[in-house]
Amino acid sequence: MPDLKIVAADGRQRERQSLSEFLASEDEKTLLKVLTCGSVDDGKSTLIGRLLFDCQLIFADQMDALEQDSRRVGSTGGELDLALLVDGLQAEREQGITIDVAYRYFSTPKRKFIVADTPGHEQYTRNMATGASTSDLAILLVDARKGILTQTRRHSCIVSLLGIRHVVLAVNKMDLVDYSEERFEAIADAYTNFARELGIENIVCIPLSALKGENVIQPSSEMQWYHGPSLLAHLETVDVGDNAATLPLRLPVQWINRRNDDFRGYAGTIASGTLRPGDEVALSSSGQTAKISRIVTYDGDLELAAAGDAVTVTLDREIDVSRGDIMAAPDARPKFADQFAAHIIWFSENELLPGRPYILKCGGQLTTVSVSALRYKINVDTLDHVAGRSLALNEVAFCNLSTERPIAFDAYEENRRTGSFILIDKLTNETVGAGMIVYELRRATNIHWQSLDIDKTARATLKNQKPCCLWFTGLSGSGKSTIANVLEKKLHAMGCHTYLLDGDNVRHGLNRDLGFTDADRVENIRRVAETAKLFVDAGLIVMVSFISPFKSERRMARDMFEDEEFVEVWVDTPLEICEKRDAKGLYKKARAGEIKNFTGIDSAYEIPEKADIRLSAGDETPEELVSRLLTLLEFHNKD
Amino acid sequence: MFESSRYLRRLEAESIYILREVASEFRNPVMLYSIGKDSSVMLHLAMKAFYPSKPPFPLLHVDTTWKFQEMIAFRDETIARLGLDLIVHTNKEGREMGINPIDHGSAHYTDVMKTQGLKQALDHHRFDAAFGGARRDEEKSRAKERVFSFRSASHRWEPKNQRPELWSLFNSRINLGESIRAFPLSNWTEIDIWHYILLEDIPVVPLYFAAERLVVERDGMLIMVDDDRLPLEANETPVKRRVRFRTLGCYPLTGAIESEATSVSEIIEELIISQVSERQGRLIDHDQAGAMEKKKQEGYF
Repeated sequence: MPDLKIVAADGRQRERQSLSEFLASEDEKTLLKVLTCGSVDDGKSTLIGRLLFDCQLIFADQMDALEQDSRRVGSTGGELDLALLVDGLQAEREQGITIDVAYRYFSTPKRKFIVADTPGHEQYTRNMATGASTSDLAILLVDARKGILTQTRRHSCIVSLLGIRHVVLAVNKMDLVDYSEERFEAIADAYTNFARELGIENIVCIPLSALKGENVIQPSSEMQWYHGPSLLAHLETVDVGDNAATLPLRLPVQWINRRNDDFRGYAGTIASGTLRPGDEVALSSSGQTAKISRIVTYDGDLELAAAGDAVTVTLDREIDVSRGDIMAAPDARPKFADQFAAHIIWFSENELLPGRPYILKCGGQLTTVSVSALRYKINVDTLDHVAGRSLALNEVAFCNLSTERPIAFDAYEENRRTGSFILIDKLTNETVGAGMIVYELRRATNIHWQSLDIDKTARATLKNQKPCCLWFTGLSGSGKSTIANVLEKKLHAMGCHTYLLDGDNVRHGLNRDLGFTDADRVENIRRVAETAKLFVDAGLIVMVSFISPFKSERRMARDMFEDEEFVEVWVDTPLEICEKRDAKGLYKKARAGEIKNFTGIDSAYEIPEKADIRLSAGDETPEELVSRLLTLLEFHNKD
Repeated sequence: MFESSRYLRRLEAESIYILREVASEFRNPVMLYSIGKDSSVMLHLAMKAFYPSKPPFPLLHVDTTWKFQEMIAFRDETIARLGLDLIVHTNKEGREMGINPIDHGSAHYTDVMKTQGLKQALDHHRFDAAFGGARRDEEKSRAKERVFSFRSASHRWEPKNQRPELWSLFNSRINLGESIRAFPLSNWTEIDIWHYILLEDIPVVPLYFAAERLVVERDGMLIMVDDDRLPLEANETPVKRRVRFRTLGCYPLTGAIESEATSVSEIIEELIISQVSERQGRLIDHDQAGAMEKKKQEGYF
């Protein structure tokens, strides 16, 4: 066992506590969740290493490893490199940068701390948002030599969007500017002005040197002109006031507890407010009310539970409750709507496109959602509002969203737990975005479905046919329209009621306002799919002949129909053949650069993986292909 | 529920939330039960989360056949006392090949008997989520682990490509064959674990408490002679020392520490002044720099 004596930089020795002293101090301690962020090389990892080191949380064997690592990969010329204490993943230790959010735990006699250490460079901004989402306070590091950078502004903006009300601006590397008061004041002023615009309420600026330990734990002897607290002294005493228990009751139902016929409980963690047996609660989805009978826990029934408690409740009457429902105070219910406005931070390399369906997870509620309008993007460096039609990696926007089913929520500003959501890609299952709800959109509550007496079945019966949608997808010039045209003629001759929606034709009318960017292509498909759905509802057999290059939108179209109503027809003609045919001369223009975003040339065609039928139009004549389609349709129409 | 320590109550509630979230969103979850103190706490939290029902998933123990005998006895007693389902899995090929920690080195042995054994069991039962008792404070590579950690169909962890995890909104969407490892104890530290064991009076394996045990000193570590499979070098004579264990694993790979702590409160007292981190007693972490990160990418817990 290495016999290394650990002495903190300031010479303090850890005092030996007795068990009773320990337990007494533990009872008093509060928890502070802290986010640290800043640009590359601002010295975040060194600062956290310094906090751990000076609070004597480095064990002898970790110290031993640290000395070895400092010699092997350290960037401090053989001296102890404190950053190595926190840079965990081997890849980043070798590159000398932090690439992922890491969580650190330390404790002083006054408080327990959970520190989310987050990366600085732009491509990992999503990880900063991750750390910010659970933090009470943010420490932003700046290099005293460089001052406020784009990254500092970006991170402040994210910190403010995610509702952190306390920011510490740690002006680091003061040793490299001769501990200049003037320099510090200039940076502090510039930052305070910027942060006020963002509405950050509490800003404290502290000059320090993580490397030398100045103003980290102990007041600095080099900066006598500074009269504020050291960083740790501030962290130990700042009041971040958690008011969740004083807000109206929100108990999101997480899991239904059915032990047997005699017990039916609803398990969840109280997001806000308090709860007692006898309290009346209203369900978000149905509006039904019931009274709480018992608050059941493993340690016995409770008379009172509050925000943060994980409980199981039983009700005095049987009402329909499922996962995702929110039990709420009847006189202060959450919003329940399918249209709302929210800030979105985008995490994915693939752009967010308005109209494209994603999965939304809000508490235990899962539903399909799309952005119905991208109102503006926020330039996080200048806070300016910018127009935009799509959202790229790390961009932030204010959007209108529309969900397939209504969800219960509060404004994020009022309740972080019930006002936040994540967006998940339907195909890759990646978490692609995070959102903070600002308000519900009124129109959602005022437009209701009008129920009509004549339905799809009645209309179809009159026509003596089974309505369906044949969705032809394939490259430009692959023969989609030709085949669809032959098919419609055959069907017409057989007495069927049909309609053919052709990509080019629809672009002359309904979609004349749309271009060929990815965002417009998505909207193009959404409108056509909705139109096809109306026609199927009218009892028609609809053929849609659209390039429809993206899997997501073909899936969106498919999801609008009943299973047996939708037939995806992939007209699989090789690009060379399409280009050779080039009936409209479009490939030639695209190759010459006269047409941008042309599918197959400079815009992708995503091959269908689950097409119901694949037609190899290069090998067979349209008539042969159509007879195969008719066979499929006959099969399709059999019960 | 104990009245003291609001901080521990908050940790407890966070863990219960994670346990319930997995039970709600996955088809076929399992809890990896390693018999140690962290597993004891995780199991206790599961008993609380689903009360008055039993946890709606089985437990899985990957038995390398080299665990301390007292661990196996404690495991069987615990399962019987709580009335739970336990699956015990041993890598049969590994056992038939006689893979052991003494002749094959800790790295190869751990890979075959633990990592491969675990993968076999997960694949065989088609578990789509597995709870693990890992804590972020244990080791540097674990500090970056998500609460819901995505694993590919071949059980690999991609540290550079983890899903962002915001608020407590865990993304549980996976494709067939892929899985999620869920870590309800992510935010607990070693001292929190012992403090909670003390307050909740949770049973743990007696090996954590100091007693006279037969040990040999090897590479600076005190190795307990748990049975007659441990070959002794010519210069080694087992001696009785008053020792206990801070972590438990396979006995030839787990170092004891000399200690007088015979109760949970004495362990906490010892920890308050301790200067050695708990993983120091583990041979497998010291094999090479970034050892744990490498093992995790390969599918070790």
